[in-house]
Amino acid sequence: MDTAVLSRRKLLGRSLAGTALSAMAALGIDLRPAQARAWSLRIAEAKQYPSVCPYCAVGCDTMVYAQDGVILDIEGDPNSPINQGTLCPKGAAIYQLHVNPNRLTQVLHRAPGAASWEVIGLEEAMDMVAERVKATRDETFQETYEATNADGEPVERIQMATTEIFSLGGATMDNEWNHVHQKLMRGLGIVPIENQARI
Amino acid sequence: MAIPMQATPVATPTGAAQPIEPAAGSALTPPGAFDAVPMGFFTDTTVCIGCKACEVACKNWNGLPADVVALSGNSYDNTLHLNGENWRHVQFIEQFSDDRADGRWLMMSDVCKHCVHAGCLEVCPTGAIIRTEYDTVVIQADVCNGCRDCIAACPFGVIEINPVSKTAMKCTLCYDRLQSGLQPACSAACPTASIRFGTIQELQEAATARVEQLNAQARDAGRPEDAYLYGADDSLLGGLNSFYLLVDRPEVYHLPATAKLPSQDLPAASALGVGGAIGLAALGAVSFRKRRMDSFAEAARDGRGEEGGRGEDRGEEAMGEER
Amino acid sequence: MRLGRGAATAFPGSLVHSNAILIEGSNMAECHPVAFRWAMQAKLNGAKIIHADPRFTRTSAVADLYAPIRAGSDIAFLGGIINHVINSERWNTEPFFKEYVATYTNAATIINPDFLDTEDETADKPLGVFSGLGPYKEGPWGLNGFVGQYANASWQYDRAPVGDQGRTAATAQSGEQPVESGQPGEEDPVPAGPPYDALVRDLLPDNPARRDETLEDPRCVFQLMKKHFARYTPELVSEITGCPPERMIEVAETLLTNSGPDRTSAICYAVGWTQHTYGVQMIGTAATLQLILGNIGRPGGGIIALRGHATIQGSTDVPTLYHSIHGYMPAPTVLKDHNSVEAYLKAETLPTSYWANMPKFFVSYLKSMYGDAATAENDFGFAWHPRISGDHSHMPMFIAMTEGRVRGMFAMGQNPAVGGQNARYQRMALGKLDWLVVKDNFETETAAFWYKAPEVVDGTIAVEDIQTEVFFFPSAQVAEMDGTFTNTQRLIKYHHKAVDPPGDARSDIWFTYHLGKRLKALYEGSAEERDQGFLNLTWDYDPDPEEVEPWAIEDEPSVLKIMREINGYDSATGEHLPGFAALKDDGSTTCASWIYSGIMPGPGLENLKAASRVPDPEGGGAANLGWGFAWPANRRIIYNRASARPDGTPWSEEKAWVYWDPEKINPATDEPGVWTGRDVPDFAAGKAPDYEPEPGAIGLDALSGTDPFIMKADGKGWLYTPTGLVDGPLPTHYEPMESPAPNVLYPDQRTNPVLKAWNVDGNPTAEPADPAFPHVLTTYRLTEHHLSGVMSRWLPWLAELQPELFVEISPELAGEIGVANTEVVRVLTPRGDITAKALVTRRMRPMTVAGKTIHHVGMPWHWGYQGLVTGAVTNDLSLLVGDPNVTIHEGKAFVCNVEKA
Repeated sequence: MDTAVLSRRKLLGRSLAGTALSAMAALGIDLRPAQARAWSLRIAEAKQYPSVCPYCAVGCDTMVYAQDGVILDIEGDPNSPINQGTLCPKGAAIYQLHVNPNRLTQVLHRAPGAASWEVIGLEEAMDMVAERVKATRDETFQETYEATNADGEPVERIQMATTEIFSLGGATMDNEWNHVHQKLMRGLGIVPIENQARI
Repeated sequence: MAIPMQATPVATPTGAAQPIEPAAGSALTPPGAFDAVPMGFFTDTTVCIGCKACEVACKNWNGLPADVVALSGNSYDNTLHLNGENWRHVQFIEQFSDDRADGRWLMMSDVCKHCVHAGCLEVCPTGAIIRTEYDTVVIQADVCNGCRDCIAACPFGVIEINPVSKTAMKCTLCYDRLQSGLQPACSAACPTASIRFGTIQELQEAATARVEQLNAQARDAGRPEDAYLYGADDSLLGGLNSFYLLVDRPEVYHLPATAKLPSQDLPAASALGVGGAIGLAALGAVSFRKRRMDSFAEAARDGRGEEGGRGEDRGEEAMGEER
Repeated sequence: MRLGRGAATAFPGSLVHSNAILIEGSNMAECHPVAFRWAMQAKLNGAKIIHADPRFTRTSAVADLYAPIRAGSDIAFLGGIINHVINSERWNTEPFFKEYVATYTNAATIINPDFLDTEDETADKPLGVFSGLGPYKEGPWGLNGFVGQYANASWQYDRAPVGDQGRTAATAQSGEQPVESGQPGEEDPVPAGPPYDALVRDLLPDNPARRDETLEDPRCVFQLMKKHFARYTPELVSEITGCPPERMIEVAETLLTNSGPDRTSAICYAVGWTQHTYGVQMIGTAATLQLILGNIGRPGGGIIALRGHATIQGSTDVPTLYHSIHGYMPAPTVLKDHNSVEAYLKAETLPTSYWANMPKFFVSYLKSMYGDAATAENDFGFAWHPRISGDHSHMPMFIAMTEGRVRGMFAMGQNPAVGGQNARYQRMALGKLDWLVVKDNFETETAAFWYKAPEVVDGTIAVEDIQTEVFFFPSAQVAEMDGTFTNTQRLIKYHHKAVDPPGDARSDIWFTYHLGKRLKALYEGSAEERDQGFLNLTWDYDPDPEEVEPWAIEDEPSVLKIMREINGYDSATGEHLPGFAALKDDGSTTCASWIYSGIMPGPGLENLKAASRVPDPEGGGAANLGWGFAWPANRRIIYNRASARPDGTPWSEEKAWVYWDPEKINPATDEPGVWTGRDVPDFAAGKAPDYEPEPGAIGLDALSGTDPFIMKADGKGWLYTPTGLVDGPLPTHYEPMESPAPNVLYPDQRTNPVLKAWNVDGNPTAEPADPAFPHVLTTYRLTEHHLSGVMSRWLPWLAELQPELFVEISPELAGEIGVANTEVVRVLTPRGDITAKALVTRRMRPMTVAGKTIHHVGMPWHWGYQGLVTGAVTNDLSLLVGDPNVTIHEGKAFVCNVEKA
């Protein structure tokens, strides 16, 4: 914190040396007059990005203060009618969700039966996952389903699906992810799609 | 009677969807400082929900470390006390009768009291502890030599050595934010407005009204009128710039019913100290705090004249109507 | 199910207008502290806060009135309040209540004479079940889990039966149970469409339902409901709930005196109501209470669902859920005739109410999937769209996984190794997968299950025997990507990217988009019929250069392009649609999510209403229509037609919200007469209060000017649900699947007769009143942590606030087992046992239930074996059992024992 002594007179004017204080000084109580030090505001030069708390569903509005590609601070947006600048302890800790040495920043791969993780490249890992999805889908895809109708007669129904790939998650992600992800899954015929709304 | 929740610190709607350039000023960075008048906290413990947002918001703004220990078993309190890393601390007090016919769970967010007669400031040998233009008490980390005198001098157990900086630390009442017209991080975060920030005069008015409201409700319901203010008047160390609305004895909240300055404890330490103690006792109706507030107000008026109205009405906004 | 939409009816800010607030099934101060801000502001204004809960929590601490109730006994408690209210002097003398109930609810509707209530006992039908109960027969999927099934023909309105009227999509509507009540018009020669108007008209019921406006007919809904709850006396309710009778009456009186033309009361709930084997019925009881108190659709009233994840509402609206497709349309299924668009629409369309527009929603959705390849000639590509074949929800899928029927899995931002019920069972199931992809911010317990799980560490299973291939992808966090969340009040809001994510961390959208691109390349050129749908799937979200210009990562997909597809556009011109009223059923419009339509009526971020941040000057209690975008059509309090009297004037000056202005010009028609006020009317804007529908009208035209519930077939709020719920038309008290208490109401029908249970190895359950497990265990969350702890236990500032798992027990129970505060105890259930420190507190209290002392044991479930602070997994104790309507588990009430470790 930057401290520089400013002119007391400029900041406080003359009256601190006025009669009231002089009288108290004579009594020996807290004699020192007020002093001002200029403390710089650490977010003064930051750009502000409107954002939303990622924890619960109250949806508190936040402001992210970033400068030169670094997040400096995240606080409640005082203009928000949802939270009026306030936050809960989790919301007040969003900065530490981002700036945290425990975050992983590389893709990890564990081969079947292996005893440890290996770091692998992002592009390579994406290729591997795509191959797994295709292989499993192709081996398990069901085009039709033999059903019985209300009269007990056998009927053939369109299925065009697999139930052997399971997608779990979504309530902590963006709506846009939920859209493209369910679209990709349903586009491929993967129907077991679930998220935290069930718990 | 309705009491407004604490107001937001600035009235500039962002409106646009785009990010805001620093030069534009906006949500949290208004153009100027608060007027140099006594400011502080009024903590209404009856609406505290013990969420600890104040603790985290304080650490977030001030870059304070955490100290992960074990489950204390002391209700939901695991940080246990104010110290160099915990500048805010939420207390949890469980009061239940055997049959649970009566039961309360009291919560209170504790903080430095920014005493009008501050023992820490009085004993600090290096001048590291200053009284600011807002009548708050601030330790300057780069001047503190870690001698610990202030720790012993504080009647509230607020100060401790921060293990990272090795200096004495405590709440600054967000001195840096006040100088930019931002309210302190803890009161800005408090979801239920248990912690309110504003000028001492406005806080005293709001607090008095809240006590009246609570006691009227208690009268109507045939319950004891137990709400009162701790530290709002001059009787304790000339007044506390962080004062509280309590519903039980101070000791229940681990607050002293009375407190003395170090100079009163150590009559030999200084002739002035003795004089001070006697003077205080003899002061009678003379209100040091009132005088100091008046002097601050006068300074602020003068200052405003000199500064061309910078930060005008800031104080009103801090306690103003709901936006 | 009773009101028409699966969402909170109001917003937390509106609580400032409340005169009383009942918080039940929720620990609002702890789990939603900032929403609770508005409850506390109401309190400062003089409102009464009521908390009903098994534990004395931080919410109870600031409530004016606390009612201790046993976990799982909420229907009895609310039923007692309903019984008190409808027999009270105020309710029977203040004309407001009967006017609201008779006009806006289905109280006057007469029910089929064959209907038998749970309270009726006949030779064929025992106490405690409704008419129509029979066995459930599993199909090939085999995991639907129902222990019984109702035929609901006898529950219908007294007229010819209709199809699934009043549905919002729930698992129960997805064909797991055969359709019982007929799909009228199946044999009629109706043109196939498009257009589909004739098809919809043909679905109309032959006769209107019979009504008795005096509410005196013994077969009308009001009289049936009154009789149903008559046994819920304060004394009997106390015997079930453990709450003193006078306390329940005080709660009822507080709500009653604070409801009326110039007063409103709100109810807030959360997963304390959903996580039961009769959770939907619990919420239904609250809806019933709010309807009879006249609190729905009004400021300071309503039912506020407090949801737990940033976009758990959004991920239900934009469904990453198996049972529904966009906007609460039922997922196509092999268990019904869904072989063509025509067949699907016949089976699923509701001819009256706004749902009559489903052909437009559905065809526009298919266009969003397959683009130009979806034509009227090829049935809009519907044959490519997959069908579900049973209950593919969370719990059945983990059973299928255990059985070797699931080979691959994505776990994206979800951590079932801690958060899943019977978590050890779920971790063991993960070991049966061929491959698992985990994407998260930190190395979650799910990612690390193969080497860190307790059963691996203790040697039960060897690392090398787990053949699952595991990928972990690091995620970008909220400030590192653009996107939107939908909060608990249906409000969609945009967050901006402020910085690039570190290293190889990427947004979730990036992952899915680029996975899709790779798969498109892998399938390129395939001639297989099964691949044609995927090859035709539209998949172009490449960013415009200016969208990624400031950033190092240049291939982040365009959030604006995705939003355009969600909002909808003209299929030919690409022009953005202004809202769902513009949708067509002929393929000329493309729109993924009809309910979100209107969120982006023009191109660019400046037209994305989710990004708008213009507050109202009056603060959080105002509608704030310029702050984000609330579906549907930016309405903030839904069913708000009910905020006015039947004649269209406000009920009172204090509670005016939306009302009819006969002078004001309706901009859509240039005619005088329009609904107006402080919110967007949730009603046809120009429909006068005295409007009466013509015979044969469909859609909204079929509802009168006094029908506020525009998603319901009859426009009424339902005190009685003839269809839509599989476990009965009226809520009734059952015991949890595991309970130490008998069912005082129905000694021979302890539990919900149609709940979902899976009798599989690894999921044993306790016998009724099992002496080995005498206590009620309830699980919950704390303010200081989030869910399975992934987003909190790695953060020092949060970890220090609650560093260890604990078990909350009363001093009485602690004395019985000889345990002192912070000593370690072992908690046992039929699934297993874990250890944790005891937190002995008088906030927990023994209760007397059916003459017996019952102890509650409370455990938060935030801990696991990863993170800065670790602890045992509480969900290792919980069980796989589900609500029959939505397959949500029963984490709030099961049984356990506690002993000194």
